[in-house]
Amino acid sequence: MLRNARLSLHIPEPSARPGDRPDFRHLALRPAGETRRPEPESPAAEMRDLPYELVRVLDDQGQAQGPWAPLIPSETLRRGLAAMVLTRAFDDRIFRLQRQGKTSFYMRSTGEEALSVAPSLVLDTGDMCFPTYRNVGFLMARDYPLLDLVNQIFSNARDPLKGRQMPVLYSARDYGFYSVSGNLGSRIGHAVGWAMASAWSGDDKIALAYIGEGTVAEGAVHEALTFATVYHAPVILAISNNQWAISSFHGLAGGNETTFAARALAYGLPGLRVDGNDFLAVHAAVAWAAERARSNLGATLIEFVTYRTSGHSTSDDPARYRPDEEPAAFPLGDPVERLKTHMIAAGHWSEADHDALVRDCDERVRATVKEGEAVGTLGVTKPPLGSMFEDVFKTPDWRQIRQRREVEG
Amino acid sequence: MPRMNMIQAINSALDVMLSRDPKMLIFGEDVGYFGGVFRATDGLAAKYGAKRCFDAPISEGGIIATAIGMGAYGLRPVVEIQFADYILPAYDQLVSEAARLRYRSAGDFWAPITVRTPYGGGIFGGQTHSSSPEAIFAHVTGLKTVIPSTPYDAKGLLIAAIEEDDPVIFLEPKRLYQGPFDGHPERPVEPWSNHPASEVPEGHYAIPLGTANVVRAGRAVTVLAYGTMVHVAQAAAAETGIDAEVIDLRTLVPLDIDTVTASVKKTGRCVIVHEASRFGGYGAELSALVQEECFYHLQAPIERVTGWDTPYPHAFEWDYFPGPARVGKALRRCVEAET
Ligand SMILES: Cc1ncc(C[n+]2csc(CCOP(=O)(O)OP(=O)(O)O)c2C)c(N)n1
Repeated sequence: MLRNARLSLHIPEPSARPGDRPDFRHLALRPAGETRRPEPESPAAEMRDLPYELVRVLDDQGQAQGPWAPLIPSETLRRGLAAMVLTRAFDDRIFRLQRQGKTSFYMRSTGEEALSVAPSLVLDTGDMCFPTYRNVGFLMARDYPLLDLVNQIFSNARDPLKGRQMPVLYSARDYGFYSVSGNLGSRIGHAVGWAMASAWSGDDKIALAYIGEGTVAEGAVHEALTFATVYHAPVILAISNNQWAISSFHGLAGGNETTFAARALAYGLPGLRVDGNDFLAVHAAVAWAAERARSNLGATLIEFVTYRTSGHSTSDDPARYRPDEEPAAFPLGDPVERLKTHMIAAGHWSEADHDALVRDCDERVRATVKEGEAVGTLGVTKPPLGSMFEDVFKTPDWRQIRQRREVEG
Repeated sequence: MPRMNMIQAINSALDVMLSRDPKMLIFGEDVGYFGGVFRATDGLAAKYGAKRCFDAPISEGGIIATAIGMGAYGLRPVVEIQFADYILPAYDQLVSEAARLRYRSAGDFWAPITVRTPYGGGIFGGQTHSSSPEAIFAHVTGLKTVIPSTPYDAKGLLIAAIEEDDPVIFLEPKRLYQGPFDGHPERPVEPWSNHPASEVPEGHYAIPLGTANVVRAGRAVTVLAYGTMVHVAQAAAAETGIDAEVIDLRTLVPLDIDTVTASVKKTGRCVIVHEASRFGGYGAELSALVQEECFYHLQAPIERVTGWDTPYPHAFEWDYFPGPARVGKALRRCVEAET
């Protein structure tokens, strides 16, 4: 009977478009604390259920639940919260600056701060993060100088990247933050190679690579997974499933058929599906994967379930493709609010502390932006003109030398 | 006749072809419901249904590979690569597969695909949203490479490209989407509506691939250009007062060699301009051809005005971009040179 049926091409559609009621039933959530936690040294073959579960620690009351609840010093939680609040204040402020024409472009990570900040606190100095454009929280958690970020965003005379890159495509080797590029998926293989080099050298460094769920479709991701598997590379491959890739919903990367964490199964890698808005769960999952990696047990794939509450970038208008009410309806809440609630419930934080933190972050951002503006907004000051010919090669060849001379007159 | 900007003209070409050819379909990143990040497919999914215009996974290699497969089956896929900078994961599919399928199967299979992609600088896109990769396609035997410079041409050339039974790379100068940018970023944006080539017929028309357009007649020097640089070259001619003949190549492959050589033989001088880096650029091929075909008519060395041999830097966009001042200087050097 089926054989006689006419074929038709399946074209996936999201659960809601503008005008529809948001619908997140596909997330198949689990209550906090329910997902089991195998010992990190367990064989991957014994944890093939995990990609279909959801590692959650914080419940709706902000209490830490279950086997994944990490033992984190309250000082670390305070640092994490501060970095998330700072990230948000920075994102909001720079977004507005772009609207005022002071730079060309900006991308916020609003709603996804936990999945950048917590891993930054787990990784050691010497480890390397291979970020996307949405991971500035990783730098915030390591006290990267805010002014350097602002100068990069303005491409001004003190831009550490010499005016070469669009805003947010940072590079900060000393902070364990690899050069970002706009090309999706192009660095995940570098993370694997970097991790292979650490193992080859007999070091103890590990790598962490981020990609968006949309980027899972790129062939480069599958190549990287193969290498990570074959060589047991000490790398953590993190997928930020923020539901949207510009206007394309997660189903266009195969998210309707299975979870992104479950990609690990075909490779024989451990795969974790983690509440990405739960700071404690993110911290615990990355610490678990890092322990495996450092024990020479190889790579782990982690899907962080989260939501991109802002537009894709300053060039985007999400009202054109998703319901305006969708961000507020996302069932995993807001990472800042959830950690704050937890810390207050645990007795080492208060609303007054939080208000002071928010004020302090706003003030720091405002003061730093002022300093950056004094150096120059986009186009007002620039690095020296001739510097555009540097770094093509270590030593310029005759083309750059001649062309530089022509430009400098 | 309706007035269109370049995006509307491209949209109109796609609309015309969707209605004429039931086997034509469009896919690419964000092109379906949303209508594309530059809005080139706006309204098409709503008008023709998702089956005719749909979103693709973020996989340029996958987009081109499946387009080839669909084309081999007998459909006529028109795919969008969101930025030309991101076409490189698909390069193997274009070079080793699309370009050679007909040849290696002795005509048994072929790939009637059109690959639309925005290219070029001028929007502060830095090294990841500004590049001009035409030379790496023009070099590949078996691919046709088209670059329009006006709304009228964009529609006519895109229709011709879609009707081709061979693979066509259709590079869209994104700085020209909204207006005929002449290389003066400090001036207010000039909309297409004041330009004669924004008059675009609503229906079907095709501009045959391989026909260049003399956009400015002149006797003193021939300027070979395409895409954004066509407008920059015209501005440079106007600003220097040099009687330049500006040729818009429109298609790099196949190249309208007769129009090029006729003009250079007439003027005896030639300036080539493109936005891409200089070394090994398409200008190098043009320069070699002009030298081979017109050597005894040349009264001055051939000049090339191009982007520098660096990636496209964000802060120095307008220092990298070969604007009217640089083109004007080359024009002067070329007309003043004596052999
Ligand atoms: C190779 C490549 N193709 C296409 C693009 C254009 N583009 C930029 S971001 C984006 C969506 C990415 O979505 P996702 O991976 O889910 O990450 P998110 O932006 O949601 O964090 C696209 C298609 C690109 N930058 N690189």
